[in-house]
Amino acid sequence: MSSTTQKIAKDKKGWFVDMMTSTIGRKVLMALTGIFLCLFLIIHLIGNLQLLKNDGGTAFNEYAHFMGSNPLIQTVSILNFTFIILHIVYSIILTRMNMQARPRKYAYSKPAANSNWRSRKMMALGSIILIFLIVHLVYFWGKMKLTHYGLVEEGVLVKKFGTTDQLHLYDLVNAAFSDIIMVVLYVVSMIALAFHLSHGFQSAFQTFGLNHVKYTPLIKTVGYAFAILIPLGYALIPIIMFATK
Amino acid sequence: MNLTLQIWRQNKPDINNNGNYQNGEGKMTEYKVADISPDMSFLEMLDELNEDLLKKGDDPVAFDHDCREGICGMCSLYINGQPHGPESGTTACQLHMRSFKDGDTIYIEPWRAKAFPVVKDLVVNRSSFDRIMQAGGYVSVNTGVTVDANEIPVAKTIADEAFNMAACIGCGACVAACKNASAMLFVSAKVSQLSLLPQGKAERKKRVERMVAQMDEEGFGACTNTGACSAECPKDIPLSSIARMNREYFEAKITSNNV
Ligand code: HEM
Ligand code: SF4
Ligand code: FES
Repeated sequence: MSSTTQKIAKDKKGWFVDMMTSTIGRKVLMALTGIFLCLFLIIHLIGNLQLLKNDGGTAFNEYAHFMGSNPLIQTVSILNFTFIILHIVYSIILTRMNMQARPRKYAYSKPAANSNWRSRKMMALGSIILIFLIVHLVYFWGKMKLTHYGLVEEGVLVKKFGTTDQLHLYDLVNAAFSDIIMVVLYVVSMIALAFHLSHGFQSAFQTFGLNHVKYTPLIKTVGYAFAILIPLGYALIPIIMFATK
Repeated sequence: MNLTLQIWRQNKPDINNNGNYQNGEGKMTEYKVADISPDMSFLEMLDELNEDLLKKGDDPVAFDHDCREGICGMCSLYINGQPHGPESGTTACQLHMRSFKDGDTIYIEPWRAKAFPVVKDLVVNRSSFDRIMQAGGYVSVNTGVTVDANEIPVAKTIADEAFNMAACIGCGACVAACKNASAMLFVSAKVSQLSLLPQGKAERKKRVERMVAQMDEEGFGACTNTGACSAECPKDIPLSSIARMNREYFEAKITSNNV
């Protein structure tokens, strides 16, 4: 027979690299980074909820200040960025690999007969989240960092915060959420996140090898609850701020 | 019943002269069949079509089949957008024409995966599965006198679970159904079947390491847990089998002596 179809797999680069570059290893990396991002979503949401306190932004600014200056949080945030990037890089590697595994599509296919669309459209849903992440980072995180180091002088940003020259992140957020386009982008992205998580959360446990008659139903329930509640929490903030501006 | 068939016809194989994969030329072609009995099996309906084609001096449609009773795993037809057709828990050979209505159009395609290159029409080469089995899908048995059948005790629950996994007939419908053409359901069934039993413990770690490596080498995709494989599997191999393989794989990679 032919050369390509006769290849016998051999250990190539040592067991660890082989493990992490196998389809299963890559999948587990997706799942690990995905679950870490889920934890991050909880922490970030708790912070964001401070925006709804009716105190002109004091609580939120204090929170932002704490997050921006605490060394532990800073370390976790570096980890978080690494994980987001890994999650995205691996999503691209795996999606490409998976597309190459079927060089010719079916002329007629009924995927809905055997799987739900969320599970098949993880990349599309992830891409919406990615667009959101970029806008989000440029708009909030980027401006926050720049003003922090005194690089940007926008009227709204350089208000005094306490005694130090902290930016007034609350005003920045408030300004963003009085723009209907931002609110719509935010809400649409949170819907995408909800669907991403409604498959992703329980899927990650399956990837880790945790599939058990006792626990899988619970994991699925928690996953759906998480997928609804967390994005809902995020989406409500801009809606409320827009409505009460 | 009178039916319209849309069948994939392909003369040149997907493996070119240099031994590389290259989509061979082919196209969906329309055929009509008349007076089909609802009691016929799907393959008998194709036999009728081929009789007609032969009478006309045309090239009959090539398709795989052997036992025609759901145990060999040879039949491999993607019927109306689903592997083995619309009924669940059955192979294409167990599908009957009563699952269709008079006047229906039926689409018939081969399994589509890089690791399952088309040989002709609806026939694909599934020797990638054989190579995965050769890589580790066996147990070592010393020759000599026949051992007593009950020499090694096996708990009923374990025996049953291993048996359920051994029900996999290696048809490849899981690969055909998966949007990533992933073979994880097949490989996990085979890994499970052998690793669950005491006879399979000797090669347990090496087996899963080598079978997964071979699976990747063959160019199957990665699992995204869509569940399509299990839903379409004629032997109802569950998704928990893939979870077991993932556990076995990491445990083996981390603890085996193969550096
Ligand atoms: C906060 C943001 C995100 C969270 C919490 C998250 C979470 C997850 C989780 C838990 C999984 C399941 C892993 C598994 O099935 O084992 C997953 C899968 C996936 N994610 Fe994300 N994700 C996020 C952002 C993104 C982004 C930005 C992209 C792409 C640009 C993306 C692309 C994917 C893809 C393609 C999969 C499926 C991978 C596979 O099943 O092999 N995700 N995500
Ligand atoms: S797991 Fe099911 S679908 Fe896959 S090869 Fe085995 S019997 Fe066929
Ligand atoms: S021909 Fe043997 S399983 Fe269908």
